[in-house]
Amino acid sequence: MELFRIRRDIPFMRHAIVLNAISALTFILAVFFLVTRGLNLSVEFTGGTVMEVAYEQPADLEAIRKVVEAQGYAEVPVQNFGTSRDVLLRLPPQEGKSSGEQAQTLLEALKAQDPKVELRRTEFVGPQVGEELVESGLMALGLVIAGIMIYLAIRFEWKYAVSAIIANMHDVVIILGFFAFFQWEFSLAVLAAVLAVLGYSVNESVVIFDRIRESFRKYRKKTTIEVIDHAITSTISRTIITHGSTQIMVLSMLLFGGPTLHYFALALTIGILFGIYSSVFVAAAIAMWLGIKREDLIKTTRKEGDPDDPNAGAVV
Amino acid sequence: MNRYPLWKNAIIVVVFLIGLIYSLPNLFGESPAVQVSSGKATVKVDTDTLAKVESALAAESLKPSLVQFDGNSVKARFETTDDQIKARDVLERTFNPDPAAPTHVVALNLLPRTPAWLASMGAAPMYLGLDLRGGVHFLLEVDMAAALQRRADVLATDLRTSLREKGIRHGGISRSGQSIEIRTGDASTFEAVRNAVLDQFQDLQVAENADPASGRLVVSIRPESARAVQDQALKQNITTLHNRINELGVAEPVIQQQGANRIVVQLPGVQDTAKAKDILGRTATLEVRLVDESAEGKAAERGNGPVPFGAERYLERSGQAVIVKREVLLTGENLTDAQAGFDDQQQPAVHLTLDSKGSRVFRDVTRENVGKRMAIILFEKGQGEVVTAPVIRTEIGGGRVQISGAMTTVEANDTALLLRAGSLAAPMEIIEERTIGPSLGAENIAKGFNSVIWGFAVIVIFMSVYYMLFGVFSSLALAFNLVLLVAVLSMLQATLTLPGIAAMALALGMAIDANVLINERVREELRNGVSPQTAINIGYDNAWGTILDSNITSLIAGIALLIFGSGPVRGFAVVHCIGILTSMFSAVVFSRGLVNLWYGRQKKLKSVSIGTVWRPDADGKSVAKAD
Repeated sequence: MELFRIRRDIPFMRHAIVLNAISALTFILAVFFLVTRGLNLSVEFTGGTVMEVAYEQPADLEAIRKVVEAQGYAEVPVQNFGTSRDVLLRLPPQEGKSSGEQAQTLLEALKAQDPKVELRRTEFVGPQVGEELVESGLMALGLVIAGIMIYLAIRFEWKYAVSAIIANMHDVVIILGFFAFFQWEFSLAVLAAVLAVLGYSVNESVVIFDRIRESFRKYRKKTTIEVIDHAITSTISRTIITHGSTQIMVLSMLLFGGPTLHYFALALTIGILFGIYSSVFVAAAIAMWLGIKREDLIKTTRKEGDPDDPNAGAVV
Repeated sequence: MNRYPLWKNAIIVVVFLIGLIYSLPNLFGESPAVQVSSGKATVKVDTDTLAKVESALAAESLKPSLVQFDGNSVKARFETTDDQIKARDVLERTFNPDPAAPTHVVALNLLPRTPAWLASMGAAPMYLGLDLRGGVHFLLEVDMAAALQRRADVLATDLRTSLREKGIRHGGISRSGQSIEIRTGDASTFEAVRNAVLDQFQDLQVAENADPASGRLVVSIRPESARAVQDQALKQNITTLHNRINELGVAEPVIQQQGANRIVVQLPGVQDTAKAKDILGRTATLEVRLVDESAEGKAAERGNGPVPFGAERYLERSGQAVIVKREVLLTGENLTDAQAGFDDQQQPAVHLTLDSKGSRVFRDVTRENVGKRMAIILFEKGQGEVVTAPVIRTEIGGGRVQISGAMTTVEANDTALLLRAGSLAAPMEIIEERTIGPSLGAENIAKGFNSVIWGFAVIVIFMSVYYMLFGVFSSLALAFNLVLLVAVLSMLQATLTLPGIAAMALALGMAIDANVLINERVREELRNGVSPQTAINIGYDNAWGTILDSNITSLIAGIALLIFGSGPVRGFAVVHCIGILTSMFSAVVFSRGLVNLWYGRQKKLKSVSIGTVWRPDADGKSVAKAD
């Protein structure tokens, strides 16, 4: 079976401007949503208490909300979590009361309403720990970017490093934009997914760059644009199959992983889909515009000659 | 050229076997068990306890499948939960004959059912995190400022005493924050005080801009000493927590220092968070009271009369009764330190340090009660036990108390430990908390497992259909990758969390990339007309550079997460990084090993089963551009 019967190199770079314009547009949209709507940060980052309770019958959210409000909480998100019988409550930190007391009194009030309620999980994060997690997250992001740029600059050349990072940060921002637009919960696990996507995306670009380098060596007569087109075309089968395989795993997680892994798998899905786009088209195009040339990657050897050697230059 | 030398094949076989052996324990599941551990700081669990457990169980005809002693507890495994419960009752009766004063903790536990031959090789199943097992997780922060303030208090008192002994007059000593201010009159007093500080107090340093004319000398605790105080406070709090957590009967609690001033407490299997938190947060349970030396009191002590009104009866460790007045003079809050040491006659003694309030009270009490006895009572679980009841010989000011006489060094150590255990060195606050019910834990395992298995199945089917035999080899390599990953995690006993299982799934999805690269390359070479043996060789060689680059970039992301991640995210990062490393080995070395075994010997290889190798000119249509 061969799904990719491609006869000649597809001239991708001819459409570079259009492709990049689309990606720039989505990027701006994503930033817009991030700024206007902001991320729906989970309790791990903001601090506060989360309670997950399970009922035997599908839960009546309205009734539960009334009970919660009667306890004095103003606007507490009460939502289904996974199945209609599980309910998730997020309580803001309350002055003077420890989270344990908050959870305890609330649980008792809920028990009064329906004695069969079961507490499955509570989580409390102090605001200070939340702040620290935000900091750590940002530092991890910074470290990844720096590490990848250094590695690529060494293996290839700085132009490749820059174009890879720009293209793949674009991925990250788009994922964040989706989360901001749909107000999906952004938790520590999602942050881990985002960083994994960054590594994975750069992975893609590296494969293309590797091909570019090989083509520069092999096809001395092709222009830079032709080389890039050839590289993308010859790797496209691999790119799509790999993304497909990873997506199958992520789909499996979305279907079977339950609500805890749901947003994690969503972040990965978006990352994988947009990743093809950015790593293949955007990265190569930016590299092209930064002016990559054959000479960047291939070091021509100089002929060493010892001027005192009487046999210099002798050929048999 | 597609032949692996013997040693390479040998390595593959060895790694394969190791992977298989060390991942096997994960298949065996767990069985109910009972764990006996020490309930008090002075009670030790050793091989005698092991023998006692065995005989107690044998006496009731309970047959454990395994009894082992692992250094600080004795574990006995059973086949059914009924046996487990019966055994728990039997052992509870044997070890805690007096339910009101338990000496051991007998807890229910789940032990992995690893067969003995595997266990003897050190193979164990993966260590499951709380979100897979159920339990409670706390992060406590120690208020270091308070600990330093108490230390400054003590030093101020010492300073006062020292200056008085030297006859240096000063205008007053006060503590503000963590520094001590001494009001001096003139320059000579200033100098005298400064010298006294530098001579005798290694822990203090003089402020740099000390000006004799200002009439004030500010001293503060040296940074090294401050760090020592913090370390000590943290360790003491950890010891206190240990003792308190033993009361919960939790099997295998985790109590660890995290960073400079935090303590992580994990209690697997505990559901009653309220009780756990109550026990953790309990404040000092140490009391100092006067002994009732009236005639009735003495009679009651001898057992000849009832306990007089206004007094209470407690027992010393030796069994001797002590009648103490009800009035509490001091509590553990005022005790800052207790250390074992020696007195002037080189006899074992316990040195106590009190804070400023404590030393004041103590001075008054000792001044008015010379010749009388004073008792120090330790309250554990609401039950009091007299640690020591010495005679007051003189007025003791200065907050430093020495208790000596009639004790061995071991007893002095134990007493100091008990006194320290009764009080927290510095207050703690819960800054993070997580509870997971056990049903959720089991569900999480099932969910994670399902996602991995189903995704794996689909990928295997696709690869085999698309790449034929090479696809089958790639699938085998992927399976080997999974086995190796599980084996490494089991060997390292790294904590597996739900995100960790997700990382496993992701790692498999990414690992297939290497094989796709290789297969596509081989197909391309075949398309270009290269002979099959050469195509295989070139395919693997060329792909290796790309595989290395791309995996390293993923590894960088994984390492960043490892450094900055915590909790479940850390579990993700660990599996991610290990998954990348195992995938490099399995995708390249293992799959090539298989290919070499299959195709390597055929010198005149005409074709390989790699699926369709589509050549554009075979269709008779336009030929691809010639290079």
